[in-house]
Amino acid sequence: MTWTWFHRLGSPPHVFALARRLTPWLGWPAALLILGGLWGGLVLAPPDYQQGDGFRIIYVHAPSAWLSLMVYTSMAIAAAVGLIWRIKVAHAVAASCAPIGASFTLAALVTGALWGQPMWGTFWQWDPRLTSELILFFLYLGYMGLRAGIEDTQRADRASGVLAVVGVVNVPIIHYSVTWWNSLHQAPSVMRLARPTLPGSMLAPLLMMLLGFTLLFGALVLVRLRAEILARERTSGWIREAVGA
Amino acid sequence: MSELPASIPAVAGREPGLSPAALRVSSLTAARMALRRDLTLAFRQRAQLVQPLAFFAMVTLLFPLGVSPELGRLREIAPGVLWSAELLASLLALEFLFRDDAQDGTLEQYALSGQSLTALLFAKTCAHWFLTGLPLALMAPVAALSLGAPVGAVPGILLSVALGSVTLSLIGAIGASLTLGIKRGGALLSLLTLPLSLPVLIFGARATQLAILGAPLMAPLELLGALAVLGITLAPLAAAAGVRISLE
Repeated sequence: MTWTWFHRLGSPPHVFALARRLTPWLGWPAALLILGGLWGGLVLAPPDYQQGDGFRIIYVHAPSAWLSLMVYTSMAIAAAVGLIWRIKVAHAVAASCAPIGASFTLAALVTGALWGQPMWGTFWQWDPRLTSELILFFLYLGYMGLRAGIEDTQRADRASGVLAVVGVVNVPIIHYSVTWWNSLHQAPSVMRLARPTLPGSMLAPLLMMLLGFTLLFGALVLVRLRAEILARERTSGWIREAVGA
Repeated sequence: MSELPASIPAVAGREPGLSPAALRVSSLTAARMALRRDLTLAFRQRAQLVQPLAFFAMVTLLFPLGVSPELGRLREIAPGVLWSAELLASLLALEFLFRDDAQDGTLEQYALSGQSLTALLFAKTCAHWFLTGLPLALMAPVAALSLGAPVGAVPGILLSVALGSVTLSLIGAIGASLTLGIKRGGALLSLLTLPLSLPVLIFGARATQLAILGAPLMAPLELLGALAVLGITLAPLAAAAGVRISLE
């Protein structure tokens, strides 16, 4: 088996072309799945017997929360690959992940707060999952702040890469310490969104949304990656050919 | 860093035959020398040592004035107040950790010396803990007493702050190393280090609360110890990577 396809992933022109080809293959299924999931979740699924229609925000909240963590992990893996093998494209992937991950985290926070208003009677509850999500948001902000603070791209890549790896080691520690902290201060009487069993009519749209959001993340990363490569390689000759100018 | 002249003793020590064995310095000795150097330098500028302590006292003072002078209420919020003040004071003290050495080129010499940069930075972080973490740990019980904590809580508070500040210094070293080259990096430094320090705040405040209540506090102390061990193992590696990147 030859590894040339793998080695070519380190070359900006190849990745640029590949990203352009792959984007529709991720984007269109994402759009279909999200539209289908929204239709199934907001129209077809029956209202919950306890939460009424309020539970439907789960169809946006749960995929955002899942992606907020997934994107951070992908970002740290890409950064580690970039640091260890000194691959510039990997750093570009990590840099493209951060704003998307931060947006999903913000979406999870906002939808969580909107769900909390009718369910808990308050927009904000110091619930362990909401609190960890808020801390994760600050981790994203720190990562992007560090990138913005360093002018030289290569230094910014490597410094923020170290930060992403340090952060990913800390995420589980932060999560468990926050859970532990919360269990001391309030009884776990707060109503939980996650149930052990969801009926099929509610579960199927949720799975569609999860998959759709994940594909959407893939498509967004590819678009941002192309912009990132364009910005980094703006002085190289192949860019002219690639964009047809 | 391979094109060093052979005249630098530490590097020459790695290549037997180039220099007399007397010039070889083990990385433990080098770390001890770095530690002694930092402590000596700090004791010659005593005014700087007092600043984090004064800041800690000031932050503690804000709460009785801002919340209520009633000792009963202050006792309730004392753990949170102490640990917020501790986090902020150690953040303030991070300014001194690498800045001077980066400006006068000492860090560059450390990186070029051929000695383990990880060990040297660990020594620097230890010195930083001796100069800020330990004094703050001695100061925290006094602040706690002023917030209505009983005298019996003093050993527990001292121990928890001393243990927790080890981890805070180590996390701070990572943040300080990554923000070395950045002008006006103070706000960024706080954004980088505070989220990572939250577990220390949680376990430290819990230990302090249990100490004030007179309850057994081994569980949070053990968790603080575990965080410190994890920090000692991994943080100097990350700080060394950060310093190398900042010096590029």
